[in-house]
Amino acid sequence: MSEASAHALEHHEPETSTGIPNKKVLMWAFLGSDCMFFGTLISTHLIYRKISATVGGNFLDIRDIFDIELTSFSTFILLASSLFMALAVSAIHKGNLSSTRWMLFGTIIFGAIFLACQVYEFTHFVHGKENKFGDLEHQLTLSSYAGESEQQGKDAVAKPHVFGSTFYVLTGTHGTHVAIGVFWLLGWFAYSFTGKMSTADALDIECCGLYWHFVDIVWILIFPVVYLMEYAF
Amino acid sequence: MATESIKYLTPETETKLKSKAFPRPHQNTSGIVNWLTTIDHKKIGVMYGMAALFFLILGGIEALLIRSQLWSHNMEVLSNREYNQMFTMHGTTMVFLVIMPLSAAFFNFIMPLQIGARDVAFPRMNTLSLWCFIAGGITLNLSWFFTGGAPAIGWFGYAPLTDTRFAEVFLDMGPDFWIFSLQILGLASLLASFNFITTIINMRAPGMTMMRLPVFTWMTLIVSFLIILAFPAITIALVELMFDRTYGTNFYDFLEGGKPHLWQHLFWIFGHPEVYILILPAMGIVSEIIPVFSRKPLFGYGLIIFSGAIIGFMGFAVWSHHMFTTGMGIVATSAFSILTMLIAIPTGIKIFNWIGTMWGGRIRFETPMLFALGFITMFMVGGFTGIMHSSVPIDAQHQDSYFVVAHFHYVLIGGALFGLFAGFYFWLPKLTGKMLNEKLGKFVFTLMFIGFNVTFFPMHYLGMIGQPRRTHSYNEGHGFEAWNQIATIGAFVLGVGILIGVYQFVTAFFNKKLKDAGKNPWDARTLEWTLSSPVKEYNFARTPIIKSRDQAWENNYGPKENHSEKVPLDDHGVHMPDRSWYPLVSGLGFLGLVLGLLFHQSIDSNTGEILRNYTFAIAGGSIAIFGIIMWSLEGPAGYHLFPKETEE
Repeated sequence: MSEASAHALEHHEPETSTGIPNKKVLMWAFLGSDCMFFGTLISTHLIYRKISATVGGNFLDIRDIFDIELTSFSTFILLASSLFMALAVSAIHKGNLSSTRWMLFGTIIFGAIFLACQVYEFTHFVHGKENKFGDLEHQLTLSSYAGESEQQGKDAVAKPHVFGSTFYVLTGTHGTHVAIGVFWLLGWFAYSFTGKMSTADALDIECCGLYWHFVDIVWILIFPVVYLMEYAF
Repeated sequence: MATESIKYLTPETETKLKSKAFPRPHQNTSGIVNWLTTIDHKKIGVMYGMAALFFLILGGIEALLIRSQLWSHNMEVLSNREYNQMFTMHGTTMVFLVIMPLSAAFFNFIMPLQIGARDVAFPRMNTLSLWCFIAGGITLNLSWFFTGGAPAIGWFGYAPLTDTRFAEVFLDMGPDFWIFSLQILGLASLLASFNFITTIINMRAPGMTMMRLPVFTWMTLIVSFLIILAFPAITIALVELMFDRTYGTNFYDFLEGGKPHLWQHLFWIFGHPEVYILILPAMGIVSEIIPVFSRKPLFGYGLIIFSGAIIGFMGFAVWSHHMFTTGMGIVATSAFSILTMLIAIPTGIKIFNWIGTMWGGRIRFETPMLFALGFITMFMVGGFTGIMHSSVPIDAQHQDSYFVVAHFHYVLIGGALFGLFAGFYFWLPKLTGKMLNEKLGKFVFTLMFIGFNVTFFPMHYLGMIGQPRRTHSYNEGHGFEAWNQIATIGAFVLGVGILIGVYQFVTAFFNKKLKDAGKNPWDARTLEWTLSSPVKEYNFARTPIIKSRDQAWENNYGPKENHSEKVPLDDHGVHMPDRSWYPLVSGLGFLGLVLGLLFHQSIDSNTGEILRNYTFAIAGGSIAIFGIIMWSLEGPAGYHLFPKETEE
């Protein structure tokens, strides 16, 4: 009997009607739902992007603030992390535990670099840039934007603005997704040292991978819509 | 069941489980721990139902206070602000804490039985949904006890009513409670829906093809998809509102460049599918009941399902008919008007199919059937006024009048609540093993039907002669008094009817005098009626092999080749997952997180600066994360049962 029980426990995943494991169906349903989360945020951003560009006579040229080289770099890093993730999933399916561990580690590092870039970016946007007179200008906060200071020696007056609201909440939500992904992957990385990891975990790691690729794809949408479009239209 | 038929896990696993921080309770545990740690979809369904019935009484009391205030002109039963709080809390409670969880109760209890499954796909996640729902209910109603009292912004929370500038007047925390309770209720609904989708797609018994699924299960699937696609819109809208109120963003702040109009769009992109989230489960229940009590198979099974799916699909394309008077422009208004008229077609198809089912049938007028018939007729009245509103010029006249109140109460009480009550009378014998008192049931139906119509029919007229909704009082001389008094009397009759009904449902679990139900008291058609009442914890002793759509009926009356067969039990027996504390721990963690966020702000009395203290929020979040990590480490584990083939 005990043998039979142990055998049953090894097979957590029962046969399903479609042949697709339950956890995978759950993950796809969640990702479908998550599309709507980002869809709502991106719509909000697009609706406000032009409407509120000149609130209170304070014209906002967001290109003065953006650091497109840095964001392009972090976009590349995030895309590259998906390669590591795919390799990790492939490795665990083949039962190559050491390769799985280090591919997970690579994904974590690249995810962390992306997050660090975002933290740097947010900090600098809020803090603003120093102009030739030593004044801070182009400060973008959640609620206001301080454009160029009109007179030498005076700080630019921050005026209410919506761009900061939509920008920080949208990219911040994406950053939160990346951070959750990094912690999830860290969990697997730590688990790989317990000696319990086996091909039985392949499905769970694959679900984690689905999530990671999805978050990546969302960024592929956000990068042109929020950043590149400002240079085109 | 006989103890020798239970086989536990290997001794090593048992001791490993015991050494954990929260040892998993034994599967035969009883009392309060039994309910707190259960992962059984049937017990979860019961708890959903009981909590929702409690909130039904609470929301009903709020409704009766509103009706008392409107008894005559310039009454002062409630102050202006209290009146606003009452209709806000009444609406929010009835939508999120009554109709949705009552539907979830039926999804939980009935759906796995109808598809021949032993549980839902993720039993512990199912428990977490329950605790999140209860946490949301607690959070919303806690608002009464804090600064500013309950929210006074309407269940729709339109900007700029939620603006913090009002907080300076009232020191108002109500909207914050409203925001956070809706967020956690949204989490509950999302988790439950992911679970139901996976269960229906993946855990059907052999032979249970999609086109053999009972209509109620189909509606569960459609509603679950609506929930996972509609709730994100309000979640994000609420996140933006929370940022507006807490961190000074300008999403909905007109003076700072935001657009209050955006809130209405985001709210109704969620809010209109929500209407179908509320009504489709009731349609599913009625589609189960009418064939049983007409002794005929369901007429137009495929069409009913297809029109349900069409309703769900089109439900995402009609939200702006709630906003015809906001000035969206002719093109948008006309498009939404036409789509709204079109959505009447699939609804009409369903109604004709129900009539077609009854046509020529041998109809038995027992309580479930009476409520189902009440559903069809009353929902039709609400549907007709709905079609009237799809016409833009008429809508402009009806906007914000009592006509609209009449319309949606015909849909939500005459429709959804009657459907859910029909479900209670139909399926409670399966839950408790006892028949409900038929005479009392008919009495409840009579009271509710009369009370409901006396309350809400006069509101059509009141709206047409100009009584505005959401308004604390009215002056003398408009001729509103008489009809308002009739409506108030009706509301109390309806209230008594519902109260007796709830009493009957709750006591059904304890009342020893009730007759035994047996396996199939109604001579019903679907798979859950092949099981004993109450259902055993493992549901099916042997997984059935499905041969036809109305399997219980075919087993009794059909030709031999249509009788269901059984999958023989292999040497593992029935695998039952273990109980767990962690859904409750995580649920409490989420409650702590929400309360911590609610109370993280304080104002320095000297400088007037806002101080922020996230200690409690972080503590709550950590508990939730701890619960989730332990949850994933403990695994489903489980034990094995070897019931005899007849023990089901």
